[in-house]
Amino acid sequence: MFELIADPSFAASIPRFVTPILLAALGGALCERAGVFNIALEGFLLVGAFAAVLGAYFSGTPYIGALTAMVAGMALGVVFAEFNVRRGGDSIVVSIAINLLAAGLTTFFLRAIFDVTGAFSDPAIAGFAPIRLPFIEDVPLLGPILSGQALPFYLALLSVPFLHVFLARHRLGLRIRAAGENPQALRAGGVSPKRVQLLALIACGALCGLGGAQLSIANVNLFVENMSAGRGWIAVVAVLLTRGRPWPLFFIALLFGAVDSLSFRVQGLGLAQQFTDMMPYLATLIVLVALSWWRARRAKGDAS
Amino acid sequence: MMAFDTGKATRSALPWVFTFLWIAAIILALLLFVGAPVGEALSGFWNGAFGGRRNAYLMATLSRSALIVGMALSVMLSFRAGLFNIGGEGQLVAGGLVAALVAVLMPGPPLVVLVVAILAAMLAGALWALLAGVLQLFMGVPLLVGSLLLNYPIRYIASYLVAHPYRDVQSGMVQSHLVPQETWFAYFPGTRLDIGILFTAVAAAFALIYSYWTVHGYHTRLNGLSPDFARTVGLPVRRLTLQTLALSGAIAGMVGAIAVFGIHHRYIDGMLVQPLYAWTGIIAVLLVGMVPWAVPISGFFFAAVQTGAAGMERAAGVPKEIALVVQAVIILFVASRVSGALTTSRGDGDGHV
Repeated sequence: MFELIADPSFAASIPRFVTPILLAALGGALCERAGVFNIALEGFLLVGAFAAVLGAYFSGTPYIGALTAMVAGMALGVVFAEFNVRRGGDSIVVSIAINLLAAGLTTFFLRAIFDVTGAFSDPAIAGFAPIRLPFIEDVPLLGPILSGQALPFYLALLSVPFLHVFLARHRLGLRIRAAGENPQALRAGGVSPKRVQLLALIACGALCGLGGAQLSIANVNLFVENMSAGRGWIAVVAVLLTRGRPWPLFFIALLFGAVDSLSFRVQGLGLAQQFTDMMPYLATLIVLVALSWWRARRAKGDAS
Repeated sequence: MMAFDTGKATRSALPWVFTFLWIAAIILALLLFVGAPVGEALSGFWNGAFGGRRNAYLMATLSRSALIVGMALSVMLSFRAGLFNIGGEGQLVAGGLVAALVAVLMPGPPLVVLVVAILAAMLAGALWALLAGVLQLFMGVPLLVGSLLLNYPIRYIASYLVAHPYRDVQSGMVQSHLVPQETWFAYFPGTRLDIGILFTAVAAAFALIYSYWTVHGYHTRLNGLSPDFARTVGLPVRRLTLQTLALSGAIAGMVGAIAVFGIHHRYIDGMLVQPLYAWTGIIAVLLVGMVPWAVPISGFFFAAVQTGAAGMERAAGVPKEIALVVQAVIILFVASRVSGALTTSRGDGDGHV
């Protein structure tokens, strides 16, 4: 067990698992701060994963694939905003519908465009090549983790400090927070909270789309029905746990991604795949319980 | 500028007309995208949902609606109590798995085995739902998140059990052995429809009576409409929560048993997950804004959409997954017309842990 974790290739594999969760969670965080309760991250990831394959297959380059994924995610964000923000539909209902819509659209177009069911893999799907960072790759321990990853990972990493500063300093970032915390004040200032929420949802779509691209054209080179497989829900949990603050979110995503990665590797020990597959969900539940227990204890401590 | 007075009735009907037109336009666009002949697609849809030789497809629709309506009833009981239990899938899987394993492993007269298996399935569903309730009430995990996350472990536990210890090795597929043939649900005379739908009918009657005429149902509804009020007037909110979840889970577990004894006669990996029965049930409940008497109708409607889509695939080559898209679009348009129905259901109120 210990050798598995100490194995440098295990560490190097963690970013692949962290990236989709982190990107989806960052998108969810923007919504959360803007006062949109978006629990459709699962659907956003799935649409991103499919659109990435679509773009990469027809253009022959992963960058167009990633761009397609982001645009598709943004379009889904607009749909979410139309029904939740503009028409005032309940966010949970809209989220459930968006998740189903994503499952339906991806399987429908998988058959309509590629004429396959279940999975589509083809040599023409252009996947991301690992990006090697000179100098950094020679750093012991961190080198193999930070270097040799696919583009979405680096964008995800950069997004964390960027979003932190953006939400703390930038005018639009402040408006996003105002839309979530005090929409009346924002409206009094002459800014429409709904428009701000639309922007947050579009940005969320772009981030989730990129996360989906990591799943389908960076980790592997294919699309499988429902390949987001619950990672969007884990991202939702990460957003709820951290109340959408980027740095805590980063560490929670790191934790969940590491467990995801570990569960993948433990299969090598001869443990049945089903048990390793359920690890991320159990780990998420355990973290939830532990955190709320810790918070309750702290609240009790404050009261006495 | 309007040149005529539209009148009140027209004004209130107009949004629904637009909703309908939007949905029709989206379906049409998808049909055109796959290049399907629209006339054949539509007649294929109708035939697939309600037609067929000796009404075979109508029977398929009824058979599917037995499961969807059952899941919808399960979800309705939770939602009306303000409990956002979206773990129906896990409760369904727990029921189906336990029903199949009990029937395969337990010796005895078929009728006894059948009754025990169904009761065990209901118990399993109830326990799985209670687990989510315990996580919320005693561990601070919001029901929305806890019930959802619990869907995954049971899915993998079921998959493991039928892939390893209880696998029907000779079949080459990941599935349990067949349950004894004597326990299979009988068909209605002259049809290919099994009696599983009777169980759903009983569940529907129970759910209606419970929702409209029992004190317990009334209390849970109060709790759903205003948890603060329910607490203030001294209702045992925690107990109501656990009882409602158990009831909800028991019905989901029973649906799992119906699928085993009526349709598949064994537990096949993924047989209850991939058709998205639980999610369709949720959608069916949301479509009618949780009004109990309308839930069976809505569930039947979505079953017809799904079997109709399969007919459209046979007749015009349109991928049947179009059903999922249509369901989602319908609920998107309708949800924005009946908002606020679920305002009390986000854990502690604002979605935070």
